[in-house]
Amino acid sequence: MRVVVDFDLCESNAVCMGIVPEVFEVRDDDFLYILQENPPEELRSKIEEAVRRCPKQAIAIED
Amino acid sequence: MDGRIVVAGASLAGLNAAETLRREGFTGELVVVDADPATPYDKPPLSKQVLAGTWEPEKIVLPAARPDAGLDLTWRLGQRAVGLDVAGRRLRLEGGDELAFDGLVIASGAAPRHLPGTDGIGGVHVLRTLADSLAIRGAVDAGASDVVVIGAGFIGAEAAATCRERGCTVTILEAAPVPFERSLGPRIGPLVADLHRDHGVDVRLGVRIDGLDSDPGRDGNPVTGVRLEGGEVVAADLVIVGIGVAPGVGWLEGAAGITLDNGVVTDATLLAAPGIVAAGDVARWPSARYGELLRIEHWENAIQMGEHAGRTLAAHLAGDADAALPYDPVPWFWSDMYDRKIQLAGRSGPDHDVEVVIGATEERRFVALYGRAGRVEGVLGWNRPRHVMQLRSLVDTPTPWSDGIEQARALA
Ligand SMILES: Cc1cc2nc3c(=O)[nH]c(=O)nc-3n(C[C@H](O)[C@H](O)[C@H](O)COP(=O)(O)OP(=O)(O)OC[C@H]3O[C@@H](n4cnc5c(N)ncnc54)[C@H](O)[C@@H]3O)c2cc1C
Ligand code: SF4
Repeated sequence: MRVVVDFDLCESNAVCMGIVPEVFEVRDDDFLYILQENPPEELRSKIEEAVRRCPKQAIAIED
Repeated sequence: MDGRIVVAGASLAGLNAAETLRREGFTGELVVVDADPATPYDKPPLSKQVLAGTWEPEKIVLPAARPDAGLDLTWRLGQRAVGLDVAGRRLRLEGGDELAFDGLVIASGAAPRHLPGTDGIGGVHVLRTLADSLAIRGAVDAGASDVVVIGAGFIGAEAAATCRERGCTVTILEAAPVPFERSLGPRIGPLVADLHRDHGVDVRLGVRIDGLDSDPGRDGNPVTGVRLEGGEVVAADLVIVGIGVAPGVGWLEGAAGITLDNGVVTDATLLAAPGIVAAGDVARWPSARYGELLRIEHWENAIQMGEHAGRTLAAHLAGDADAALPYDPVPWFWSDMYDRKIQLAGRSGPDHDVEVVIGATEERRFVALYGRAGRVEGVLGWNRPRHVMQLRSLVDTPTPWSDGIEQARALA
């Protein structure tokens, strides 16, 4: 599983960080960082939740 | 699980319920009804990017309505539900069609209040649908330059900011003497008005509207001004009415077996009647967290509540009512104006204590905690997404007020 964020859409609101802090982190510079681009399978359902809750529909999972 | 489920309202709550029902293994027919003929879309951009002209409508189509969604939904768009027979399990549509169902999701959202006495006057808009947003955008494209926003709520304030950024002269008229007091309290609320003033918006508080002036001699009887009590007229060629919304329950009036009280009242699991769930802006449920009936008009709630209602309905249809769980989230809201992002986890209001814990209000980049009864109830951020997210847990699990302040300050 690969996590991809469309950084043209992302507005750094940190919603994804609230759901999967293991993968998404908004830092003090207000940019979103992906901590693991290929996260383990057990995080899939949480990442899917982040995909649904991202207000900008900026996150995608590529299998 | 098969049979037929009808979803009344093809927006955020309804479509998330539909997606969840498929995920939960519902293989029967899923019929989605909506009065709005447009391909179902997301609403927050309507006062932001769509109004600004930077996003086209294709960009806001909801995931469940995309061609590749694969949810096998039967669409009935442009068709309004006008009646419900709870015992007979039938939904009546405008035009006379009836849909029998085994399960129903009520997700008819909320509809804007209109200003009385404005019928027949051109250039007066509410902002709720894609058509509304495109109409306002079109008016600005066509040269409207004197915009008056009636009501300082978040949607009106966002529309004011977007119109201002497009170069219009903008006036906000608000009846309350303190802006955003009900939502953000007397300390933080006025900062929103200051933000607008700094961008050149004329924010008038404590004003009462007497009526609209228009020019019947011109095509469409366009608005020319907003008359205030006392006689002053504020020039206007575009009026945006943002005086709040009411739950979309007109079609349920008189439906025996459904309780209406400022929305569709459900039980803690979101069941409104046997085989009928409700979710989103229309639904009011008993929150154990807050010990009262809540109806929330926020984007994230519509998603979460739609999903939850879908799970509850799936449990009932599978004959396993005990699997339906109580719904009890922490509310989450954001609003964008100019270059500021306001985010709120939990609750904030005029009766809360307020403590600015990170940054300073003068910088317009800060975090404030809202507390009541010795506990943290809300975390509000202005351009502080990281800290709001880190402090959200202070609201998720009840935290004493002084501990919350200490923990928050430690992050600064
Ligand atoms: C301009 C705007 C900006 C917003 N910005 C934000 C924001 O920044 N942050 C935030 O948290 N929230 C925001 N919101 C609120 C958020 O969009 C709503 O909470 C959310 O859309 C609620 O979803 P819903 O599905 O419950 O209802 P709605 O989106 O209201 O959808 C209800 C649907 O039901 C349909 N319907 C109603 N009656 C009938 C009937 N009788 N028969 C058939 N269909 C019917 C309607 O046509 C509509 O499609 C904004 C809303 C608007 C309008
Ligand atoms: S939720 Fe979406 S918009 Fe927000 S930070 Fe994550 S990817 Fe960006």
